[in-house]
Amino acid sequence: MSDLTKIKNEFFLKLNRKLNLSEINDIKSDLFGKNGLISSQFKKIGSITENERKKFASDLNILKDELQNLINVKITEIENAEINEKLEKEKIDITLPERSFVRGKIHPVSQTIDEISSIFSEIGFNVEEGPDVENEYNNFTALNTPDNHPARDMHDTFYLDEKKQKLLRTHTSPVQIRTMLNNKPPFKIIAPGRTYRSDSDQTHSPMFHQVEGLHIDKNINMGHLKGCLEHFIKEFFEVNKIKMRFRPSHFPFTEPSAEVDIGYEIKNGKIMIGEGDQWLEILGCGMVHPNVLKNVKVDPTKFQGYAFGIGIDRLAMLKYGINDLRAFFDCDYRWLNHFGFDPLDVPTNYRGLSR
Amino acid sequence: MKITFDWLKDHLITNTKEAKLLEQLTNIGLEVESVASSSNGIDLFKVAKIVKIEKHPNADRLKVCDVNIGNQEIKKVVCGANNAREGLITIYAPPGSVIPKTKTKLVVAKIRGITSHGMLCSESELDLSNESEGIIELSSTKYAKSIGKSFFSKSNSNLIDLSITPNRPDCLGVRGIARDLAASGFGKLKKSKEIKIRSKLKQTLKIVINREKVQGCDAFGSCLISNVKNTESPKWLKDKLFSVGQKPISAIVDITNYVMLDINRPLHAYDADKIEKGIIVRNSKKGEEFTALDNKVYKLENGMCVISDNGGILGLGGIIGGTRSSTELNTKNILLESAYFDPRSIRNTAKKLNIDTDAKFRFERGIDPLSIEAGLNQAAALIKEICGGEISKVDIQKSKIFKNKIIKFDPFLFEKISGFKISINQILKILKELGFKFRKEKNFIKITVPSWRPDISQEIDIVEELVRISGYNKIKTIYPIKKRLKSTLTQSQKLFHFLQRAIASKGYLEAITWSFTDSNYNSYFKGENKEIEIVNPISSDLSVLRNSIFSNLIMSIGKNLDRGFKDLSIFEIGPIFTGSNPGEQNTVICGLSSGKKSRLSWIEEERNVDVFDVKRDVIQTLVEAGYSYDKFFIDNEIPDYYHPGKSGRLFLNSDKDKVAAYFGEIHPNILKKIDLKTESLVGFEIFLDNLKLPKKTLNDQKTQFNVSDFQKSERDFAFIVNKDVKAQDLVDVISRVDKKLISNVKVFDVYQGQNIPENQKSIAISVTIQSNEKTLNDYDLENINNLIIKAVENKTGAKIRT
Repeated sequence: MSDLTKIKNEFFLKLNRKLNLSEINDIKSDLFGKNGLISSQFKKIGSITENERKKFASDLNILKDELQNLINVKITEIENAEINEKLEKEKIDITLPERSFVRGKIHPVSQTIDEISSIFSEIGFNVEEGPDVENEYNNFTALNTPDNHPARDMHDTFYLDEKKQKLLRTHTSPVQIRTMLNNKPPFKIIAPGRTYRSDSDQTHSPMFHQVEGLHIDKNINMGHLKGCLEHFIKEFFEVNKIKMRFRPSHFPFTEPSAEVDIGYEIKNGKIMIGEGDQWLEILGCGMVHPNVLKNVKVDPTKFQGYAFGIGIDRLAMLKYGINDLRAFFDCDYRWLNHFGFDPLDVPTNYRGLSR
Repeated sequence: MKITFDWLKDHLITNTKEAKLLEQLTNIGLEVESVASSSNGIDLFKVAKIVKIEKHPNADRLKVCDVNIGNQEIKKVVCGANNAREGLITIYAPPGSVIPKTKTKLVVAKIRGITSHGMLCSESELDLSNESEGIIELSSTKYAKSIGKSFFSKSNSNLIDLSITPNRPDCLGVRGIARDLAASGFGKLKKSKEIKIRSKLKQTLKIVINREKVQGCDAFGSCLISNVKNTESPKWLKDKLFSVGQKPISAIVDITNYVMLDINRPLHAYDADKIEKGIIVRNSKKGEEFTALDNKVYKLENGMCVISDNGGILGLGGIIGGTRSSTELNTKNILLESAYFDPRSIRNTAKKLNIDTDAKFRFERGIDPLSIEAGLNQAAALIKEICGGEISKVDIQKSKIFKNKIIKFDPFLFEKISGFKISINQILKILKELGFKFRKEKNFIKITVPSWRPDISQEIDIVEELVRISGYNKIKTIYPIKKRLKSTLTQSQKLFHFLQRAIASKGYLEAITWSFTDSNYNSYFKGENKEIEIVNPISSDLSVLRNSIFSNLIMSIGKNLDRGFKDLSIFEIGPIFTGSNPGEQNTVICGLSSGKKSRLSWIEEERNVDVFDVKRDVIQTLVEAGYSYDKFFIDNEIPDYYHPGKSGRLFLNSDKDKVAAYFGEIHPNILKKIDLKTESLVGFEIFLDNLKLPKKTLNDQKTQFNVSDFQKSERDFAFIVNKDVKAQDLVDVISRVDKKLISNVKVFDVYQGQNIPENQKSIAISVTIQSNEKTLNDYDLENINNLIIKAVENKTGAKIRT
């Protein structure tokens, strides 16, 4: 048996045993170290006869490769085993709770205002605002509601002075007055905001929200009013068809005036907007009264148009199935969490109003 | 306004069904508010006869009656009335019926062990009179054949409740409603019966309308009816009043009510014998008193329109009569009044005295001034028919002459406003049926407005009539065009929406609370502001406009704590008020955070929320909104509701122009006073009106992208400074040493205690140094090191820690 065969047999046997990393390193140096068995064999090449040299060299190289491969395989095996063992030890209960995170919410009224603004934005309305404290003139007189007019009974007003000159606005309509007094026609605005009436029960709250709409131009007639509101209601409730009823009514600041009802039905305890044979009043509107236009120095023979007022809280209740108006302002943590919207959920035209 | 279809048919010829009527009423602007089913089940009350009576075995005062309720049916009813006796014909209420007076629904019930199937009724229980003693006794001759029949004639007409808008007083009478319906093509209006009283008797009571500067009575019509016998109203009249939910009282009162409901003509009947000499219509003098029919004594002010005689005030004209001259069952001679009172005067007086009556409601909306005579005639004729007596001539005194309004109407305006066309003939037909008179002129129609329409005074009102009667369903829908000429939101509105969502994204729940608040709570947070009182608050704990949002938010935190929610972050964006004039308000975004972070966490260390939580929320929000972090300036001059040591004030830059925000712990004294128990409470206020709006668009704000590829070095410094030196000052000084080379300055440690002298602290700062032009060598770095140390030591009195 040649030396090479001896080495091969001996070390294949050794390497097939269970070894740890240092034992393998020992074997490695026994073989390939400076005076290792393989290294020594290489040194022998020079002293071998020429006709044997070629074969010896070739055999030696083959043996060298075989042993090296075997050692590498062994090393990899051991390393893998060690990693696996380590990973096994690191295993944790992944069902434990994550680090805490916080979630804020947007109030349904704010979300609804953004939805409304988004819809009217697309058809060319811009948003105007006015103060919560108004003078008597802007809130009533300029809106063709003279003192001692029974229509003032419809608005139970909070006053800030005994002379009843300063008050909390009872509707968003004074924003019409401010806008028209400070600018030139045409006007195409909406004005969402807080409104106040001294009224408090199951369905009334001393503070609530309205959005006012005003479109004044040369030829704006009741057909435009009807179309605008139909568009709005369809978009807002995100339905294709809507049953809508315009019915005559009376407001001092519009003539002719109308109230708008939408059809609904109750299905499985939920209100379905747009279908059914029940009617629900949702807004008041009309053609701006010539007296109002005169009061704001707009010539009613040249300009005309419509105005409307919608209760925002009521719209939110209908769209999102909220039953109690008073809960809107009660700040119950559970309610805010339940009905609130994620702040990233911004209503847009391109993405749709709601998810 | 309550009506029935039957009553309408007194004025309207129609064969149409009620469902159609309801629809049409709403379509012409007379909104149907509710429809009550046939007289509220009042037809359930039956004429019945007691056939047998036994003593109740367990109660001395009770009787057990066998009652014949018709069709051979006998019911056992327990009854406590003394007058219950065998053979008595009375009224039986079966189980399921609702007693009008108490509104209770009867059920089969055991009374002291005996089952009672219904009840025998007293007059008061059926709202027939105030008589509650005993059960009703019906005449045995009249009702013997009626046993088993409904006592109240079953009205086949539902009670229709209409919501009449304040501009339509004419529709507060059934005839006015019929007229509108007829004009809209629903049936035909019957001609009103012309009742003329032919009398030779003079109206002998003298009526004078005093000349006053402001006389609330324009006209006073009257007639005398002598030798009447006031009595119970006949069945048809009682049924009529019942059908619209009114309670009959006596013939004379019922007749005046009937005429009022029928043609909206309020009348008043006086006992003529109680009037001293004659009637004077005049203004009241301050301090005058009278007792009104509601049994209240009213003390009058100057200038209220009163009806008086020599003995003083008889009543408030058009509002309420007085007890002194009221009619009673034994009244012999009546003075019937039919007057016109000015709506303004009525409203002023009623408001001052806080009286609301049916007459007031009608007069303040405007009664037909030309209905004085018709009302007197109709009522007097009925009184004569029912109560007998002699009617005098009608006397009418006037202080003003009524003139019909005239409007020049351009028919083209109709189409211009409504957007659809109707023919001139159609226009004229509608106007005619509504009672307008007109004459066609060259370019317009000259229209005379009927006296019962005070709401119509200009062309647009005519348009309204025409659109309303033609039907709003004729209006053609014109859909909007999707075109935007102007940006929807202004810069400040955009900022509002941005901040709202930015704060919410930091974990705050948005709340909306009242703009008013409790004066007590407000006083803690009002700072330098004055309290703004509401004259007529909804309740005493909501009596002032809020000077700060904190008052309401802190109450909400309290309520939620009571519900067991300790760790809570809420915010509100909205107005606070600085004065009671329009515009004296600011928009604020205000937040509160309570309790702990990571409460009961297996992985994170639990800690109280603190000032640096809110500071982060405020700063991050402002940075997100586009304000430059590097320019922020913070000091600790804060309002007294914040913790004096753990709160700050933030400016957008060191010019300290306007306060952008406050943040910090809420003052512990306040928590103590309002008894709020939480581990920690921190809050912030951002003042939107104080935030400068960006002049440039986001596009223009972005500068060119420039970064250095040369190596950066980080050097750490530790300075010993006096305790009151602010970290911000050190950072500022270092940043300014070389703006080109120093790219970042960061405080990474603050230490007080061992090895540091008392009243001093160590601040450790890491500085990043990098050049855009070259890699800095040791010499460069050493140089800037020294500059930094020198600058900090010179400007803040710090010492480098070695």
